[in-house]
Amino acid sequence: MRKLSPLVLAMLVLGFAFLYLPILAMIVYSFNASRLVTVWDAANSPTLKWYGELFANDQILEAARLSFEIAALTATGAVVLGTLAAFALVRYGAFGGRALFTGLTTAPMVLPEVITGLSLLLLFVALESMIGWPAGRGQLTTTIAHVTFTAAYVVVVVQSRLATMDRSLEEAAMDLGARPWKVFFVVTLPIIAPAIASGWLLAFILSWDDVVIASFVSGPGSTTLPMLIFSKVRLGVSPDINALATILVLIVSTVVVGLGLLLYRRERQRQREVRAAVAADSR
Amino acid sequence: MSATARGPRAAAPGAPLRGALATGARLGLARRLVIGLPYFWLLLFFLVPFLIVLKISLSTTALRLPPYEPLVTWAADGVMQVKLHWSNFGFVLGDELYRTALLNSIEIAGVSTLICLLIGYPMAYGIARAPSAWRNVLFLLVALPFFTSFLLRVYAWIGLLGRNGPVNDLLLALGLVDQPLQLLQTDFAVYVGMVYSYLPFMVLPLYAAIEKLDLTLLEAAADLGARPVKTFFTVTLPLTKEGIFAGCLLVFIPAVGEFVIPALLGGPDTLMIGRVVWDEFFSNRDWPIASAIAILMLVLLLGFVVLLQRLQSREGRA
Repeated sequence: MRKLSPLVLAMLVLGFAFLYLPILAMIVYSFNASRLVTVWDAANSPTLKWYGELFANDQILEAARLSFEIAALTATGAVVLGTLAAFALVRYGAFGGRALFTGLTTAPMVLPEVITGLSLLLLFVALESMIGWPAGRGQLTTTIAHVTFTAAYVVVVVQSRLATMDRSLEEAAMDLGARPWKVFFVVTLPIIAPAIASGWLLAFILSWDDVVIASFVSGPGSTTLPMLIFSKVRLGVSPDINALATILVLIVSTVVVGLGLLLYRRERQRQREVRAAVAADSR
Repeated sequence: MSATARGPRAAAPGAPLRGALATGARLGLARRLVIGLPYFWLLLFFLVPFLIVLKISLSTTALRLPPYEPLVTWAADGVMQVKLHWSNFGFVLGDELYRTALLNSIEIAGVSTLICLLIGYPMAYGIARAPSAWRNVLFLLVALPFFTSFLLRVYAWIGLLGRNGPVNDLLLALGLVDQPLQLLQTDFAVYVGMVYSYLPFMVLPLYAAIEKLDLTLLEAAADLGARPVKTFFTVTLPLTKEGIFAGCLLVFIPAVGEFVIPALLGGPDTLMIGRVVWDEFFSNRDWPIASAIAILMLVLLLGFVVLLQRLQSREGRA
């Protein structure tokens, strides 16, 4: 491997410093006793007082619960919808309306959130005045909106796994007389499971983070956590939000890094087993 | 693609029964469900909403619920009347405020994309050329911000750029300024937020392109006497063009419609089109104008994508 030139190395260090110092600063300030957040109160810091206040704040806890529910439902719905769509795209070749279908599965990813949110709200309003459903806006409409825009990401993840998987296993099962449904659940699903898990996580996090679309499609009684954070920080920094941010960033990083390592190990293990099997076979 | 994928059903979607009989009734039903369910969902919750936005953009506001006039009315004698108000588009395009917002969004998104490219390219290059043990770690470090809240990462800058924040402290300590600068609620803060938030979107496709690069080509150029700088501009850059296009697309498009960053870091005069849609909708309750702006923004972005693809395919042929 060639040595990196000092210039590239410097850019790498500066770039990562730029990406991570703000998050680091936010974490450090969450232990600052001063209400002014960025003015370090050396006499009383570090302190956990903002964490204590956080867990005593019913509004934040309630919003977190709502967001968690929406995100979990969204991820599950998006995985079902996205896996079906990926299957249709990879396995069913040319079907009527395929071009439109392909467009519909990728467009939600590149569309500005403001447009997605606005258009979905207008749909819900129109539907309500036409058929009376959905009655009002809240958790249900937010979940529907989130499923719609996160399913696109699941499609991408699952599609690439489906396209590269070895189909001979399915054919073998089919030859041995397994019905298509059984082949799917016993052979295909376990093979694409890592992709589905990543898709689920991605959809969960996208839903959990979304503030713009939720602001359009949710109702007065259902303020999600990002909506609450947004309305609070619009007025400036607030110490309890730093504490909340620290918790969220740490949880997400742990889960993502952990899952990444797990999937990486599993993949390596699988490759080793395949190699071992091939070697044993050829002997 | 398997042979069954091109069954008679694919050719004749209008004849489900015949197709089902040909490929086995059970499989036919499964197939119909697998395609039909996501198709129906996306049509209902993605395509139809657009048509409604388009419809409302051709309407006028009204003091009713929903707050716009219906396009189609029925006269007493059963005659259908359709009123299309193209004037919304004329109004938006003719109005100074909307025009400024549109141009501002393009400028801010364009400059941010360029800065992301200038910072992101050397980063991606460094990651792709790092020792392989490091590469996965660095890749994960770039990908991680994707998963950590966008909102919170923008929020982090409110503290950093504040009057008594660390950036001002540093400037004061270095003696570069005598008193704290107003950094927040300026265009500068918006640029910082944009570049910060969208940098990973630029680095990842660039990394993918640079990693694929055939190193022997660079060695060949060096052997033939090309200097590193010349090799970079004549070999490396052209061969990683695809990554550059993809990165620019991934940054520019969401940046044009960005709402959270100008709302949190920008000042009252930082006009961006996503923010204007939001304000028209929530503050002015002018649904037709908000819809018209959304449609114009969409046309603009589509135009940009088409332009970039043209450019890319022309490069590909050359």
